[in-house]
Amino acid sequence: MCVIATTVGDVFRSLGMRHHGEISDFRPGAIRGALASVARNWMVIVSTCAMAVSFFSFMKLVSIAPMTFAVPMSAATFVPETLLARYLLGENVDWRRWMGISLIVIGVIFIAQ
Amino acid sequence: MPATEAIGSNRSLHAKTALWATISVVSNVAGNSALTHGMHELGPIGSAPADLIGALFHPWVAIGVVLLIVWTLAHMALLSWADLSYVMPVTAIGYVVTAFAGKFFLGETVSLARWVGIILITAGVTLVGRTRPDSAISGTAP
Repeated sequence: MCVIATTVGDVFRSLGMRHHGEISDFRPGAIRGALASVARNWMVIVSTCAMAVSFFSFMKLVSIAPMTFAVPMSAATFVPETLLARYLLGENVDWRRWMGISLIVIGVIFIAQ
Repeated sequence: MPATEAIGSNRSLHAKTALWATISVVSNVAGNSALTHGMHELGPIGSAPADLIGALFHPWVAIGVVLLIVWTLAHMALLSWADLSYVMPVTAIGYVVTAFAGKFFLGETVSLARWVGIILITAGVTLVGRTRPDSAISGTAP
C-alpha cells in the first residue's frame, strides 16, 4: 500500500510540477504565489492525496515493523517509478541512470541487513 | 549558444539542483527519524483514522511532520525543473546519511554488509548525478 501510494504520488507530483513550470524565484511572496497556483493544479492535488495515504501507511508500518524492514520496502518504489518516468513522463533514462538505480536498490538491500 | 555559456548554465543547474536536493535529503532524514522516534514512544497504535490523527499531537511526531512538510516543498521545487528519474535516485543518498547518523549520534555499529550497501548506494548516486537533471524538459534531442 505504501509502495503503490508513493509511486502514484511521485509520478503525479512530477507531472504537476512540470506542468507548473520551473520555480526559480524563492522570495517569500513568489513562493506564496507559486503555492497558490500549484494548489489549484489537479495533478498536484492527486499527488498530495496519494502522499497522505503513503505517509499514514508508512507511519503505521514503522509502528509495527522494524526499520530494517520498512527501509528496504520504501526502496521498492525505485523500479516502478523509473519505468513510469521513462514511459509516462518521457524522461531520458540512459544506462547511467539504470545502472545507478540498480546499484542503489542492491545497496539498500545490503544496508537493511 | 556559445559552448562556455552552455557549460555555465549546466553548472548552475547542477548547483541549484544539488542545493535543493541537500535540503530535501536533510529534512527527509531528520523528519523520518523524529517520526520513527515518536511512533516508538507511542507504542503500537490502531489503524483507525482517529488513532493516526491522534498520534500527530505527540511532540516528536509533530516535529517529524513539520520537517516532512519542508521536505515536500523542497521536493516539489526540485521536480519543477528536474526529472523524477534523476531526483529519486540522487536523494537516495539519504539512506547513507541515515546510516552515518546512526553511527555517529546513536553509536550503532556499521556492519560489513552495511558498508557494502553504503558504497553501492554512493556509487549509484554518483553515476546518476553525472547525468543532466532535466532531460525531459530540455528535450532529448541529441
